[in-house]
Amino acid sequence: MSSDMGTVDLDQSEVPAEPEHPGRPIGAERRSRAVDLLQRLSEANVLVVTVCAMVAALVVGALLILCTTPAVLQAWGHIGSNPGHAFGESWTTVAAAYSSLVEGSIFNPHAQDLTQAFNPISETLVAATPLMLAGLGVGLGFSTGVFNIGGQGQLIAGAVAALWVGTEIKAPLGTHIPLVILAGAFGGAVAGFIPGILKATTGAHEVITTIMLNYIFLDLLDWLLTISPFQQPGQSNAISKTMPSTARMPHLFGSTLRVNVSLIVGLAMALVIWWLMRRSRLGFSFKVIGLNPDAGKTAGMDARLISVLVLTISGALIGMAGMATLSGTDFLLSSGYGGNTGFNAITVALLGRNSPGGIVLGSLLFAALISGGRNMQAVTGIPIDLTTVIQAVIVFMVATPALVREVFRLREARGSQARIATKGWTV
Amino acid sequence: MSLTVEEGEIHGLLGENGAGKTTLMNVLFGMLRPDRGEIRIGGKPVRISSPGDAVHAGIGMVHQHFMLVDVFTVAENVVLGFEPTKGKVFYDRRKAAANIRRLSQEYGLEVDPEAVVEDIPVGLRQRVEILKALERDAHVLILDEPTAVLTPQETEALFRIMRSLAATGRSILFISHKLKEVREIADRVTVMRLGKVVGTTTPAESSEQELASMMVGRSVSLTVTKGPAVPGDVVLQLSDLTVADERDLIAVDGVDLEVRAGEIVALAGVQGNGQTELVEAITGLRHTLRGSIVVAGKDLTHATPRQRLHAGVAHVPEDRQKDALVLPMQLADNLVLDMYGDAPYAGRASRDLRAVKKNAERRVEEFDIRAGSVDDPVSSLSGGNQQKVVLARELGRPVKLVVAAQPTRGLDVGSIEYVHKQIVAERDQGTAVLIVSSELDEVLALGDRIAVMYRGRVMGVVDPSVGRERIGLMMAGITGDAAPAGDGVPFSAGMGGAGS
Repeated sequence: MSSDMGTVDLDQSEVPAEPEHPGRPIGAERRSRAVDLLQRLSEANVLVVTVCAMVAALVVGALLILCTTPAVLQAWGHIGSNPGHAFGESWTTVAAAYSSLVEGSIFNPHAQDLTQAFNPISETLVAATPLMLAGLGVGLGFSTGVFNIGGQGQLIAGAVAALWVGTEIKAPLGTHIPLVILAGAFGGAVAGFIPGILKATTGAHEVITTIMLNYIFLDLLDWLLTISPFQQPGQSNAISKTMPSTARMPHLFGSTLRVNVSLIVGLAMALVIWWLMRRSRLGFSFKVIGLNPDAGKTAGMDARLISVLVLTISGALIGMAGMATLSGTDFLLSSGYGGNTGFNAITVALLGRNSPGGIVLGSLLFAALISGGRNMQAVTGIPIDLTTVIQAVIVFMVATPALVREVFRLREARGSQARIATKGWTV
Repeated sequence: MSLTVEEGEIHGLLGENGAGKTTLMNVLFGMLRPDRGEIRIGGKPVRISSPGDAVHAGIGMVHQHFMLVDVFTVAENVVLGFEPTKGKVFYDRRKAAANIRRLSQEYGLEVDPEAVVEDIPVGLRQRVEILKALERDAHVLILDEPTAVLTPQETEALFRIMRSLAATGRSILFISHKLKEVREIADRVTVMRLGKVVGTTTPAESSEQELASMMVGRSVSLTVTKGPAVPGDVVLQLSDLTVADERDLIAVDGVDLEVRAGEIVALAGVQGNGQTELVEAITGLRHTLRGSIVVAGKDLTHATPRQRLHAGVAHVPEDRQKDALVLPMQLADNLVLDMYGDAPYAGRASRDLRAVKKNAERRVEEFDIRAGSVDDPVSSLSGGNQQKVVLARELGRPVKLVVAAQPTRGLDVGSIEYVHKQIVAERDQGTAVLIVSSELDEVLALGDRIAVMYRGRVMGVVDPSVGRERIGLMMAGITGDAAPAGDGVPFSAGMGGAGS
């Protein structure tokens, strides 16, 4: 469950003669390499399902664009007199929309200088960073059978802790940023530990407690922003102090591009989680408890301790997401900080199938749709909500592999049953 | 393959796990489509492409794992999908209950229509499944391993029901790998091996031994060959052990028991008399209320499962798929599920995957585990091989005490033979072994001493030579020599209720 990316070797050791099919021609057993490759492609493995889901989402998006653009509708109204015009208008509209999506998220060829041209990809990476960190936290929970819906609250807790260390602590040169990073992780860890210990000692389900804690942290933030030492001096608005320059993440490629060191933090965490789940002792017990808690307990694992640890680590990662935006781009906190990042992280984790590599790619895709969508709205006037629809369709299709197989006529991957990204709630 | 079942006949279908019994059933019930051939009922060919078609064609199926809604009543489960209604809208509870009472009486299937399924014992749930098939007017009834979950007494009751059903002209296909039962109940027996019919015979023509050889394709020993035990020091000492179950009722009530090095103590008893809780207390999965558990001189009464593991306690759980294996995980990982964090399988923080793999390759060789590769998920292995994985893990390290619950449940003849051999070999190395089994044959074959449990107490510890009669009576709570000569009557009352 933890790392399903690149599962292409689905059908080795599957060739032995099947006695139930005596009528099958013998030659059929010997398939050529090319046939084999085609077969693998037509089987619904994780990568193929994801790509197909994206294609389907773009098609749905194109149809929506066509239905909502007045010029296109007008052209189709006169289809009898000028059919070429209807098709032409449709094509140009969709092409303009999607090329502005790409130009807004990856590379802008019309920019005046090179830095400007690379600004879209920089913005995509900036938007991807918190999604990556929070997605890793949520995904870690999912692969251990823990449903951490408290991303919003943990993100705020991490950001507040990072803000306090950033604004109140005087640290020697070069150590301030590491301290801020640790503070973000610590704040989130505390916020994750609370539902963890509640689950272990009282059996309270983490879905309920984490959702409730979201409200608590949202209101706690509103209150903190009005008191010392958090509120910006001389302000009556609920706005925090500003992070000093020593606590701000250095930019990676010059001062105009906002992409900064927090991206490196995100990628490093992905590596850490990969190691944790694939190579470490602790991660092995996480996986076992996630897949079969009864067998884990029989084998001497402490399931309650593990759920506390998982929620704490998950919270720490999400707390770092709050730290990343605070210290990387925003530099101050305001009411409702983090917005929907905590919830989008759930989507990213689903999209990445809980594997660190998948979550990194998922967060990039999500961020590209966000930054590209803004550009699309600015250039073509198509509302940014359309990209939300595209996101939704992708996730919808990824979460229902059976549907993708049906739409694209894929065969079920042999040797592996359709994997659903999350199991039911385990109370 | 071809198979004919006559009207009013009880036809036994025998075969090892993986012989194709389940595939055949799935074809009959419309879950799989046949590549070739046809199915005829009453001489007419029928096409069955869904369970709905099968029901229409008059085929009823009782699955090994019951398909019941636990929180519904018996009546609701039986009529599910065919509910009698008042005014086409409202569910007619009274009519449903009346239907069931009528069917119950007709075939001797006593069950309370208003009882909630989760509250009734397994034996009664099975009756509900049979009632379901009858309510849908099944002429051909397929029973898949129906006795696997039943006590000997419940099995007797089931056999009576099967006979009364056959007497009304219904045909019954009884699928099993228990030779004794098939010989007892079936009019004719068909043996399958590797997807083919090996032969059809009658119980009168073939002995158990002959049927077993047909199933496995070679001769198998049904008895366990073992020398006399050489008991050493006491390894497991239970004193006044008292344990509660999930509902806080006393399940194990002041048990005193000793198991010595180099002997097998077999714990007999009808399921649900505290054996499960006793095993869980010994292995640390259940809290001990009173008394003590001492293993090799060390008090483990309140030790964690991990501490017990390191003290040399091996545990072969009753339900291997639920408690012993992580099915989607690799074979190699499952083989170190308990020792994954210890040398040589892990360093301070990271696991040594090479050592894990090397261990797996050695165990696969040693315990003859049939698997494609050590990287395959355990779910791809057959039941017998899954149990070998558990044994390889638990016996592969130096242990002082082995606690094995129902070690051969659901296994085929060949695997049972293998598991028994391994357990005896472990004993001969000087390990103390505690076996829990609800199969009297297994208890008698394996045990050097037999302890019988009834309602949470040990009724006595006896030598296997006292015979099944006496042990059977002890299982029903009757001790002493004054007990009536057993013909099964004394323990038919109330036994069904004991296992819930």
